[in-house]
Amino acid sequence: MKIPSLTLLLTALVAAPLPAQQLSGAGATFPAPLYQRWGVEYNKQVPAVKVNYQSVGSGAGVKNFLQGVVDFGASDAALTDAEMAKAPKGAVLIPATAGSVVLAYNLPGVTGLKLSRAALAGIFLGTIKKWNDPAIAAANPGLALPATPINVAYRSDGSGTTYVFTQHLAAISPEFDDQVGFDKSVTFPVGIGGKGNEGVTALIKQTPGTIGYVEYGFAEQNKIPMAAIENKSGNFVMPTPESGAAALASVELPENLRAWPVDTAAPDAYPISSFTWLLLYKKYPDAAKLKALKDFITYALTEGQTLATSLGYIPLPESVVAKANAALGTVE
Amino acid sequence: MASPTQVRPSAARFDLFQWLCRAASLAAVAVLLWILWAILEQAWPALREFGAGFLSGASWVPNRDRYGVLPFLVGTVLTSLIALLIAFPPGLAIAIFLSEDFLPGPVRQFMRFVVELLAAIPSVVYGLWGIFVVIPIIQSVGTWTSERFGSVPFLAGPAYGNSLLTASVVLALMILPTITAISRSSLVAVPRTLREGAYALGSTRWEAIFRVILPTAAPGVVAATILALGRAMGETMAVAMLIGNSPRLSFSLFAPSGTLASLLANQFGEAEGMQVSALMYAALVLVALTLVVNIAGEAVLRLTERRTAGIR
Repeated sequence: MKIPSLTLLLTALVAAPLPAQQLSGAGATFPAPLYQRWGVEYNKQVPAVKVNYQSVGSGAGVKNFLQGVVDFGASDAALTDAEMAKAPKGAVLIPATAGSVVLAYNLPGVTGLKLSRAALAGIFLGTIKKWNDPAIAAANPGLALPATPINVAYRSDGSGTTYVFTQHLAAISPEFDDQVGFDKSVTFPVGIGGKGNEGVTALIKQTPGTIGYVEYGFAEQNKIPMAAIENKSGNFVMPTPESGAAALASVELPENLRAWPVDTAAPDAYPISSFTWLLLYKKYPDAAKLKALKDFITYALTEGQTLATSLGYIPLPESVVAKANAALGTVE
Repeated sequence: MASPTQVRPSAARFDLFQWLCRAASLAAVAVLLWILWAILEQAWPALREFGAGFLSGASWVPNRDRYGVLPFLVGTVLTSLIALLIAFPPGLAIAIFLSEDFLPGPVRQFMRFVVELLAAIPSVVYGLWGIFVVIPIIQSVGTWTSERFGSVPFLAGPAYGNSLLTASVVLALMILPTITAISRSSLVAVPRTLREGAYALGSTRWEAIFRVILPTAAPGVVAATILALGRAMGETMAVAMLIGNSPRLSFSLFAPSGTLASLLANQFGEAEGMQVSALMYAALVLVALTLVVNIAGEAVLRLTERRTAGIR
């Protein structure tokens, strides 16, 4: 049994392989596990196409894309209008998946924490310093909150996660917008920084009294309690794939497919969710490469979406998939 | 140099060897200049924009394009100096202990091996060890101390596990083998005749060590210290994992801080535009800082050599 299959494998290796189509991509780290999984799964179905995605970060991904050294880029912050104009062969944005940023915390004996909008902004502005602060306690009448200091954990590296989170804070708190602002890398007035989602996760797990923001998948895998966040309608919503999808479905995507569900008004939506985009050129001179790329992205938008939930991402709502497919059609 | 008319095989080989040596040493210098040039070129926009204010600016705000590197400069200098302060006394003591015959040779060999093995541990492993062992200790010690002596600026609370002191303690452990190994070899290199002379004049073992052997080996000990300081300033991974990566200016031992190297490691990946340039400027500052330490070290080295020349 073993030997023939081994021989087969060797023959397959030795025999000249089919002219493989290599698709190279680079960009955001947040969706990298999903993109790489797509590459592996797609390669099982279509062995002739190999997808090589490097998670170099959104900034570097955009840079590589604009220099034209990759077949596709990926970015959590899409492309700005200026960047769109700079793309050598024109750019098409394809929303590929989405995620929620959650507030994970470590408070021994406390679960089911709810954070009002004022409490959330206050904690990250450093104006709310203790766990039993009235601003937190008001929304959590049943919880015995300790009188210990709040230890804030943030991302020390530049990241799309920080971008989405601070974008939300800036939207709900003019004070935060004024003092901190939003970007992939900002300077919080309080707390300690960890590198990467895993770094922040470690900081939270390690020290009781810590709260920090991480991608949903990380908190889920590490079984860290997540806070329910008050959305624009005044409901406290837990981060789940469903509440995230509700936020995404509430956005009307413009023609360039670039939009953020910032502080959505949908009543059952989790307020801190965002798309992440694949960056494609408008024109690919190599017809074989174009076909391979289109087929791969079609796979990603259909079958690929079913892999999203298991890895902690939010599958795209159908309306978004339809628009993404239409945009893919314009690539030639 | 052999003239072309009398080239023999051996002379030709010799020339080739010399040529290779020259090329290698020139290449080393060229690469250094190339690196400096590349950094300078990238840093140029930030240099022009912020000038010297970059060094005294206390806020690092990438989304507002405001860059001041002072908190990281302070963090770098403090962590490496504290690390040196912690590591130097035991490092030198171990070196003296291992260079004397207090213990049988094989045992000393073994201990030396173990100390030098510390240098072979990858820094990410030190970082992990720091996370699981040092952070909880500093957290509880820090909380205790800052509650009682918080009015002293260096001990102000609230105490964090990821702090200046945590990074310094782990750095101290990382530079200990450097101090010990180089100091030990310079102590061992002290001629036997000097020691015998000291004994012959009636000095005790400790008098011989402190009055004769240590002063003779002083240049080596100074060199060890400079190398250790350089290593501490440039260390990136372990520090980034332990220091708390805060861009706020702070002098408390128990507060999170940041170093130039950890700043670069943290922010370079996603940096764009002026931020890249500002990070390159920070890299330039780090290089300059290392250079200053080396020059100062060289000066101290020469001074010690001159002052102890009488003994040699």
